[in-house]
Parts: sequence; structure tokens; C-alpha cells
Amino acid sequence: MTLAIASTRVFRRNWLVYRRLWHRSIAFGFLQPLMFLTAMGVGIGSLIGAQQQDAFGGFPYLHWLGPGLMSAMAMQTATFESTYPIMNKIMWGKNYEAMLSTPLSVRSLVGGELAWVAFRIGTLAAVFLLVLAAFGIVRSPLAVLAVPVAMLTGVAFSACLIAFTATQRNDVGFSAIFRFVVNPLFLFSGTFFPLTQLPDALRAVAWATPLFHAVELIRGLVLDSLDLATAPLHLAYLLVMAGIGAYLADRLLKRRMAG
Amino acid sequence: MAAETTALRPSASPLATAWARLWRSRRMAQRNILVYRHQWIIILSGVFEPIFYLVGIGLGIGAIVREVTVADGTVIPYAAFVAPALMATAAMNGAVFETIFNVFFKLNYAKTYDGVLATPMGITEIALGELIWALLRAALYAVAMFLIMLPMGLVLSPLGILTIPAALLVAASFAAAGLAGTSYLRTVNDFDIPMGLVVMPMFLFSGTFFPITIFPEPIQVAIQLTPLYHGINLIRGLSTGLFDAMDLLSVAYLVAFFAICLWIAMRQMERRLIK
Repeated sequence: MTLAIASTRVFRRNWLVYRRLWHRSIAFGFLQPLMFLTAMGVGIGSLIGAQQQDAFGGFPYLHWLGPGLMSAMAMQTATFESTYPIMNKIMWGKNYEAMLSTPLSVRSLVGGELAWVAFRIGTLAAVFLLVLAAFGIVRSPLAVLAVPVAMLTGVAFSACLIAFTATQRNDVGFSAIFRFVVNPLFLFSGTFFPLTQLPDALRAVAWATPLFHAVELIRGLVLDSLDLATAPLHLAYLLVMAGIGAYLADRLLKRRMAG
Repeated sequence: MAAETTALRPSASPLATAWARLWRSRRMAQRNILVYRHQWIIILSGVFEPIFYLVGIGLGIGAIVREVTVADGTVIPYAAFVAPALMATAAMNGAVFETIFNVFFKLNYAKTYDGVLATPMGITEIALGELIWALLRAALYAVAMFLIMLPMGLVLSPLGILTIPAALLVAASFAAAGLAGTSYLRTVNDFDIPMGLVVMPMFLFSGTFFPITIFPEPIQVAIQLTPLYHGINLIRGLSTGLFDAMDLLSVAYLVAFFAICLWIAMRQMERRLIK
């Protein structure tokens, strides 16, 4: 069985489970951006005067925030999907043990899971984009490219987290990941306020973190303000992260399933 | 069960019985402390969540927004506006995480309470014990937040010290609400409902990051019916010194909400555990 076909089998397994829950997932997929945009975008936006808009590249705060939240959604969904559910398949439910007793390989497990995350985030990002369009935030037809960028972001985070999950013996580490990695990235990657508000040292740190690159790309595509000089760098960062993550996930999961 | 134990001692006054139950319920909290000894990072990491929000939103957005005008026309720095609200949400989160996720797990998977009921502890002791534990956790978050706010100059009034008991009241209300709500959940997928439809919207819309006066009147009224709004209103009133007699209504609301939720929680726990 080739890797592609084997990965499809893993994908299909996830699909069969998800089929019973998809309507709820899509409903929350609509609701969450709607709530965040009304509360943070409209609410905080109402406190930001016209002169202060310069800090946000001249865009109204709601418009500036929307694509940032879309990027953060990709990260959060990928993180959640790659911690508890993967741990369940490794340890609590032992699904992988069963799957590996078939012709499937560890590599196809990783491939299938990453394809699954790409699919989940693809649908949620499309929903998010519709909500952004309804708010009148989308300024260019190129904004549809924000969906594949969100998928890439999701895969990059997911691959790294599958690698991390493969090394864990219980779920205690996940709290630390959510609190000390995901939350700070959510708040300090230029999602809610421009990095120009940060001291220089912190700005350099933000440049080194992954969500920042996703935010820059997605915001640029949605608001039609993409900086073509830096865009390839942002894209390269996410691709490299996805590649390294997938390599580590494969190695560490192999080690875990062997031991 | 608890009724049987007390029936054996008919001489005990109701007050003494109540005290005995409360005293016995400490065992439930002790059990949780023992369990968490190896998972302290879960508890401790919660301390940082409101701090990240304070720095990210309070200072990040605050550097642009600078000031906010509250209901009576007073102008306060944006960070001093957000900080007390984050203290209230930290108390809420500490309480609901404990009473929704962990109680659900103990109720449905670990069957912890079935074991507890085989001891002299009854439903009342279990509910009170979980409540005390959730309060301890929330108290840690509230005090940590207060200690951060103090040196940052975000506590504007000496009344601010009262934000700690106020945060405990908020935590008690949400702990009781969490206990009551959890007994209705059937599977882990149901967590979406309390978290996505109740906790998250309250966090976003209860005046945490901006005054609710930006909304049309009917929405403002709807927001004022939620417990988090009153928690934030109370704690913000105390930390900024804008507290007035009207804010006592928030105290009354939270006390009543707590009592009703606790009553539902006990009744539901009894239904779920004693068949």
C-alpha cells in the first residue's frame, strides 16, 4: 500500500467518527468568529478613534482584527486536534495500536492525521472567510488564498504537536502548552494589536514565532495589503515548520509505538 | 445517606449537623489537593492566563486606546478598566474549569463519588467539598491577579482590597453553577455547550474589554442578566473606587444566583448518584 492510499484510510477513519458531529462543529465554526468579531472588533473598535487607526495601517480595528483571528483559529484548532485526540489514539483508546496491526505504517498515521487537520481547518477557514465577507472585511478576491494559508498553518502546528504528544505520558503537559505557548502566541503575534506597540526585543521574539507569519500572510491577503517582499519569507517559515514537524512526528511516534 | 448518619444522633441540633457536614466536606478538598500534587502545573499555569491578557489587551490595546469613559462619565486608564474584569474572569474560569471538566470526569468516568459515598460522606459533603476546592483554586488566581495589579498602579482605590472577597463570591457562584450544569452533560462533546455558548460569550460581552454602553438598550439589559456582568461590575467598582449603593444589587444577585445553583446542584447530584 502506498503512503498516499494508507493515509487516506486514516483520514477516512476520522471522517467516519466526525460525520456524527460535523453540524455542531460547523455551527460553532460560525458562532465563534461572529462572537469574537462583534465583541473584540466592534467593542474594542468603538474605543479606537479615527486618528488612532494609523496604528492599524489605516484600517478600522474590526477589519484589522478579523484576519488575525482567522489565523489564530487555525492554530487553536490544530493544537486542540493534535493533543487530546492524538493522546487518546496513542494511549487511552489505543486506536493506533490496532491500526498498526494492519498494513498501515506510522508514517501513514501521521500523513492521515495531517491531511485530516488540513481538511478540518480548510472548512473552518472557509466559514470564517464567509463571516469576514459578511462583515465587509474582505477586500480582494485573492482572499480565498487565505484558506490554504490557514490550512498550512494548521498542518505546521499540528505536526509539531503530534511530535510533542508522542513524547507525553499523561495530559498534564497539554495545559502547559495551551497556557504557555498557544495563549501567548494568540495575544502577542500581532493578532490584537500591532507589534509596533511592543519593545524592540519582544518584537524580535515575535518575528521568530510561527503565528506571526500566518497573521501577516492572511491579513495581507484578506485586506489586499500583502507586502510582496516579505510574503515569501513568511510562507517559507510555515513550510519549513510543517516539514520539520512532520519529520519529528514520524520519528517520535515511531519510537513511542515501538516502546 | 447523610440523613441516615444524622438520624442516628437525634440529639444533634440542625446547626451542629450543618457544621459537621461542612467540616467533613474538607476531605473532598483534601483528596483533590493530593491528586493535584503531581499536576500542580495545571493549577499554576492558570495564574498566567489573566496576566497574559492584561499585558496583551490591557497594555497592548491600552497603549493605543489609553482611556475609557465609564457609565457615570469618569475617565479611567484602559488597563485599570480591564484588570479588575480579568480578575473576575479568572475567578470564573478557575471555578468552572474545576466544576465542569473535573467533576464531569469524576462523575462519569472515574466514579470517584461512588467511592466517596461508601464513606460517612454524603451528597452535601461532596458538593460542598468540590465547592471549597474550586474556591481555593479561584482564590489563588484572584490573589495573584491582585498582587500583579497593585505594583502596576491598577488598583485605584483603598476599597480595592475588597476585590479579593468579591472574587471569592464570583467564584462561589460559578462553582455552584458549574456543579449544577455538569450533571446535565452526557458526553465529552457536550462541553462545547457550557464553554462555547455560556462561558465564552460571557467572557467576551460582559464588559470585560469595553463598556457595555456601546450596545443598544435591549442587548445591555440581556448582558445585565448574566452573573459575570455583576461580578465584573462589583470588582471593577471596588478596584476603581466607583462603588456605590447600586452595586450592592450585584452582591445580592450573586448571592441569590449562588444559592439557587447550589440547590440545583445538590438535587441533581443526588439524582445522578443515588439510584
